[in-house]
Amino acid sequence: MYNLLLGGAAGDGIETMSALLEKILKQSGCHLFTIRDFMSRVRGGHNFTQIRFGNTPLAAHRDTLDGLFAIDETTYKEHCHQLSSNGFILCDDSLIIDDDRVMRLPLKEAAKKIGNPKVVSSVAIGSLLKLFDFSLTPAADIFKTNLRADLVAVNLSALEKGYNLVKPRFNLDPVQTSDQILLSGNTAIGLGALASGLKFYSAYPMSPSTTLLDFFNAHGNKMNVAVEQAEDEIAAINMAIGASYAGAPAMTGTSGGGFSLMVEALGFTGIAEIPLVVVDVQRPGPATGFPTRTEQSDLNFVISASQGEFPRMVIALRDHADCFYQTARSFALAKKYQLPVILLSDQYLADSTTTLPILNTNDIVTYSPEPDALPEKERYRRYALTASGISPLRIPGKTEALVRVDSDEHDEFGQITESASLRNQMVEKRMHKLDLLKDELIEPEFYGYEHCQSLLLGFGSTSGAIKEAVDILNADVENYGALLFGDIYPLPINQLKYYAAQVVEIINVEQNATGQLAALIRQEALICCNNSILKYDGRQLSVDDILSGIKNMKGGF
Amino acid sequence: MKKAEFTTSETAWCPGCGNFSILETLTGVLNEMETPPSQIVLVGGIGQAAKTNQYISANGFSGLHGRALPAAAAIKIVNDDLTVIVNTGDGDSYGEGGNHFIHNIRRNVDITHFVHDNQIYGLTKGQPSPTSDPCDLDHITDACNMSASFNPLLIAIATGATFVARAFSGDQEHLAKIMHAAINHKGYALVDILQPCVSFNKKNTFAYYKKRVKPLDDTYDPTNKLAAMEKAMEFGDTIPIGILYQNQLLTYKEKRPELFDAKPLIDKQVQLEDVQALIKSYL
Repeated sequence: MYNLLLGGAAGDGIETMSALLEKILKQSGCHLFTIRDFMSRVRGGHNFTQIRFGNTPLAAHRDTLDGLFAIDETTYKEHCHQLSSNGFILCDDSLIIDDDRVMRLPLKEAAKKIGNPKVVSSVAIGSLLKLFDFSLTPAADIFKTNLRADLVAVNLSALEKGYNLVKPRFNLDPVQTSDQILLSGNTAIGLGALASGLKFYSAYPMSPSTTLLDFFNAHGNKMNVAVEQAEDEIAAINMAIGASYAGAPAMTGTSGGGFSLMVEALGFTGIAEIPLVVVDVQRPGPATGFPTRTEQSDLNFVISASQGEFPRMVIALRDHADCFYQTARSFALAKKYQLPVILLSDQYLADSTTTLPILNTNDIVTYSPEPDALPEKERYRRYALTASGISPLRIPGKTEALVRVDSDEHDEFGQITESASLRNQMVEKRMHKLDLLKDELIEPEFYGYEHCQSLLLGFGSTSGAIKEAVDILNADVENYGALLFGDIYPLPINQLKYYAAQVVEIINVEQNATGQLAALIRQEALICCNNSILKYDGRQLSVDDILSGIKNMKGGF
Repeated sequence: MKKAEFTTSETAWCPGCGNFSILETLTGVLNEMETPPSQIVLVGGIGQAAKTNQYISANGFSGLHGRALPAAAAIKIVNDDLTVIVNTGDGDSYGEGGNHFIHNIRRNVDITHFVHDNQIYGLTKGQPSPTSDPCDLDHITDACNMSASFNPLLIAIATGATFVARAFSGDQEHLAKIMHAAINHKGYALVDILQPCVSFNKKNTFAYYKKRVKPLDDTYDPTNKLAAMEKAMEFGDTIPIGILYQNQLLTYKEKRPELFDAKPLIDKQVQLEDVQALIKSYL
């Protein structure tokens, strides 16, 4: 398993080069997990991509690097401390880097000789492939299918030129990865929404949710999805609500700042009982915060956002497969219980790419109710009080039923009411959905040693790193387990209570400053964590952060 | 489908409110149309005017304050078979919903927007609205604007609206004609309907409007944009009513032929094999 970092300034082409290299590595028989770390600017600064690859599935990044491809000296300065003692720094010979591990190669000169200075990154890819002892065939295949026809030959020459500049230093036994797909978290969310029949997506561009809007803009027409870039997030969510009322499975996506603007409308979906899926791709706040970085600090906010009381479901996405399958499930739950479902993702998951088994549209959760039998001539009651607690949902225009929804408190027909008794009935009807949801909840995944003494708790995108840390800790002494929450509100508490009763210590591992998961668990399960590992610098908790966090606890407490 | 009657129910408006004649006129217009109640969606935000949809037997969407337009546009986008009509007030449309007002003009979704403009906030009891007349600094009353007054028709024409009209609740025959034309117009249609607020607006009363409104005559050319903008600025001793501006631009749907055809979007089934093929493109 190897870890390679490509770094340069914004606009240097790191992203294009990484995307090609990832495809080549996959084609060469590697599993991958790639993170993207970039600044909120279009040119300059320092951006990097960190590609971890190996012959087993990967679910997180690691800090220690085997190789560093530096377009500029800043990349070296920022990351040399991460480089292992036998690692390499690959760069053009024009760079001044004083380090025994540096390999200064005539990359630019090679590109110039070939006749196109722009192919320098293909020279570098050639050298990188040779350093890890891969053949050139997969790279040539990827170049042929991904590059403009008239640019293939020149890039292939560049590739070969780079390949011949170095000698192999590492190697890896490839595995079969042709059944693996390679995609980002936001792409997986988009695909999950399409699979569940999305018809309407509205959003205002906001990092790190924007690539979801880009995805739907790219595929909307072919997939029968109307995609609307709204004037603001208030319009975005109110449009999605209108579309859903009219019978279109609808979604809106944003980050915390945009979600803040959506809050009143979130409550509207609650009282009007309109199915809706809202994606919050978190970034560090408050306010503008760190636009292109990562955090898990919206949990408290999304479980309580909007005035008044109404039912909602919140699902934290743990990995790329969750992004697909849980997004699809959220549409089914929103429709079945006629409420908002909030998907919590974050920049780490949204922008990272990984290999994973092909996603299957046949494996998604769906909900297609039987049409309700409305007696002839009986007036349709949108908010009928029923034994099940759920009112049959109709859409306007498809039957003679008149469908009336209301943000005011209303009677069964959806007419405004001031009645105290109706108010009670409607509040109870709505809040009963939280009880109904309990039967739907998926317990957190337990990972690790069944008879553990130390239990780590996490939710969402830190799950991969927590699992890998548990494996490493247990290789030393079998003592660790982890509960990884996907469904997080309402909070499933059975597994939590079971393991909490047996362990000596509980450690919450979260990408926020205040331990929001721990607080929710205290509130919902009356269980207190003994210790915590918290990170809020905008850079995702790594396996290494968790291991050192635990080590410090053992030493320090 | 058999045509059912549109009926009205008891309202929560003040006796003498201008909304009554708008409700009566709209119900009459709907009854004259071929479209049955199940195919009409009446959308409102919050306020006295926004309650209109509560009182007519059609589909109803009572949304949030200021947010009627985005919801109405989306309803029409996903089901083009529906006729979508927004009834809401000046505060809702031009104040709280000002941003949506501008951008829904740009979208040009085929919906109709009837603004019951009484130049005051009624439900919250007498604060100035964006369209309240400017204050006379020697005689400041409750319901005048210390800020400049908002001219919705001028803004609408300038922003590219293709149907911009003004009507008066006190001239129901004229109002009905305008309502028909607005509903039949392809694209976003705005009708600013002057109506007296009997409880709080002591200046812009029924008699005030009655004396000033003047229907545009037959020689008026509603396709001349600059002339229409000039006409939209007339609001004083004479207030012109009628279709100030009408033109035909591509609607939201017409601009997207690859997405919209005769079949409403909601009736198109997701093709799972297409989604699976897209997933395979990431192999």
